[in-house]
Amino acid sequence: MDILLQQIINGLTTGSVYAVVALGYTMVYGVIQLINFAHGEVVMIGAMVAFSVITALAGSNLPPLVIVLAGVMAAVPACMLMGFLLERVAYRPLRHAPRLAPLITAIGMSIILQHLALLVWGRNPLAFPQIIDNRVFGIGGAAISSVQIAIILMSLAMMAGLSWFVYRTRFGIAIRATAENVHVAGLMGVNADRVIAATFIIGAGLGAVAGVMYGSYYGIAHYTMGFNLGLKAFSAAVLGGIGNIAGAMLGGILLGLVEALGTGYVGELTDLCTWPMAHGWLGERCADGGHFVLFGSNYQDVFAFLTLILVLVFRPSGLLGERVSERA
Amino acid sequence: MKTTRSGVSEKANACESRRYAVAKSHRERVGLVLVAVALMAFVLASAGTAWVRITNFAVLFVLLSLGLNIVVGFAGLLDLGYIAFYAVGAYVYALLASPHFGLHLPFWIILPIGAAVACLAGIVLGAPTLRLRGDYLAIVTLGFGEIVRIFMNNLSSPVNLTNGPKGINRIDPFQIGPLKFSASDTFGSLIFSGPIKYYYFLLLVLLAVIVINRRLQDSRIGRAWVAIREDEIAAKAGGINTRNIKLLAFAMGASFGGIAGGMFAAIQGFVSPESFILNESIMVLAMVVLGGMGNIWGVIAGAALLSFVPELLRYTVEPAQRALFGKLLVDPEVLRMLVFGLALVLTMRFRPAGLWPETRHRRELNEGRV
Repeated sequence: MDILLQQIINGLTTGSVYAVVALGYTMVYGVIQLINFAHGEVVMIGAMVAFSVITALAGSNLPPLVIVLAGVMAAVPACMLMGFLLERVAYRPLRHAPRLAPLITAIGMSIILQHLALLVWGRNPLAFPQIIDNRVFGIGGAAISSVQIAIILMSLAMMAGLSWFVYRTRFGIAIRATAENVHVAGLMGVNADRVIAATFIIGAGLGAVAGVMYGSYYGIAHYTMGFNLGLKAFSAAVLGGIGNIAGAMLGGILLGLVEALGTGYVGELTDLCTWPMAHGWLGERCADGGHFVLFGSNYQDVFAFLTLILVLVFRPSGLLGERVSERA
Repeated sequence: MKTTRSGVSEKANACESRRYAVAKSHRERVGLVLVAVALMAFVLASAGTAWVRITNFAVLFVLLSLGLNIVVGFAGLLDLGYIAFYAVGAYVYALLASPHFGLHLPFWIILPIGAAVACLAGIVLGAPTLRLRGDYLAIVTLGFGEIVRIFMNNLSSPVNLTNGPKGINRIDPFQIGPLKFSASDTFGSLIFSGPIKYYYFLLLVLLAVIVINRRLQDSRIGRAWVAIREDEIAAKAGGINTRNIKLLAFAMGASFGGIAGGMFAAIQGFVSPESFILNESIMVLAMVVLGGMGNIWGVIAGAALLSFVPELLRYTVEPAQRALFGKLLVDPEVLRMLVFGLALVLTMRFRPAGLWPETRHRRELNEGRV
């Protein structure tokens, strides 16, 4: 039971980071049907900038919370600027180009950003300074740390904030109108260019915070971290139905939970020694409490993708998605 | 009346003879290109065996791109996990011709087996994803590719199938009778080193694949693919069995990937999951898109370009820096990747349909965009 609760807590933590990054993918996709492959790198840069600021301030007498906040405050505008530049320099000139052209541009930008980060921050993984006293609380036999609590609460707050912005403000209406139909939105007086730029900027800002959260949760930042995180977050966005904001949140949390629970239980479930029928031909290997584990926790990523594939096979446009794009 | 008629027939005659001349000059040109390509091995060899090796890998990537072009270019199905089939082919070869299981089958048996297994994998991937479109298909294929790689990485326990991340080495090279592809042979004054022999073998395969692709493109199947790409519902209404035709695209693309994978294993002599990461899938897709989807020659050009440019940069970036600044300012490896990324971005900026696009494809792709 405590393992279950523990894995749920861990899953919720990574899941909420996935969800926040997935929002960046899904918002951009919603308005211009583009997979912004470079979004993961924006998240990485966010973590890197925050790392630099936090490390620089770590020696000072400022209270730890202020230092972390300063890191976030530096990362967010830096990433927003980068999101803006990405859209302006790389994607805007290609808005009327064939469908796969921006995808290649995104790949190119992703390579460029990754290697620029490599130049600035070096090849080795950077350890986030542990300045906040990470207290661990016990609930029902499981442990939850203050960093985990902070990540979950902050993610929820950001999701709530974004929902309010998209569904309750004038600019939010413009975003949703553009997502519905760019041309008609234009006729109604929506400045599509501004809306598109805004989705990139907002997504990048959220991504920056997610990068800091991810970095402080695992205690490490690396110039390649954006790739895997981006991949998971993109999967989460598709799982929920890409282009759908609530879907991205649901998909992210779900993916985090599936991953954590799968990793926690697969070893036990596929240990053939616990299967009565396999005992016959595994006799010696199972003797003295031996194990014959088919799939261990190193299959972590398989769960994420398998869930994704299964969900898409039965719901081809994701859990909450409605629109089906017509062609590849 | 009479004059016009004779005029018409004269015109037709002239037209006929001109067409004949064009066909003749076309055939001559193809012949010249073939001779040039065949001799290229020795030119490259004089620049160092390394360049022959690089060329061999470039040809492998051309083969991969042509395979992916069937799926993405012809049938319009966005596949981001294509490298999985390459991996399947490579591992089939590695398992059947290495000390790992103690099996040493000859390559002309393994290559078809590898193609068949990869083909099966293509159907396994294609069957459940028939209803998916566009980006949803992209992410599922991506997931499939990652799953294949993770399995190869981890199937070393409880039973050691793939030897895990360490990979399988000491893979048998090709051998035809007494002719070993690993050793050098001399015929008169000509030295045929191992890579040169592989080069000629690869050229033969490449030629066959190009011919197959050309014939496919203009066949009933090829037209069915294009019809599905343009409008699946209309294609179905037009009497095309979209399910089978889409599966066929996956299966064919996968088989080509499997064959290329088998040759990769033999040439390299070593396979490990690291060669089949997502980045490789993305790179092959970039080759197809950059060259011009759907156009065989464009795809070949794209693959050759993206294979050679990074290598050329490898040899020029460092001396250029020394010449300009007198010292190394930026790590050449990093600079190489930066230039490469920039090249991708700039090419798409100025030739969004690829360097050498297929005309019909360009028109079709321009629709349905914001």
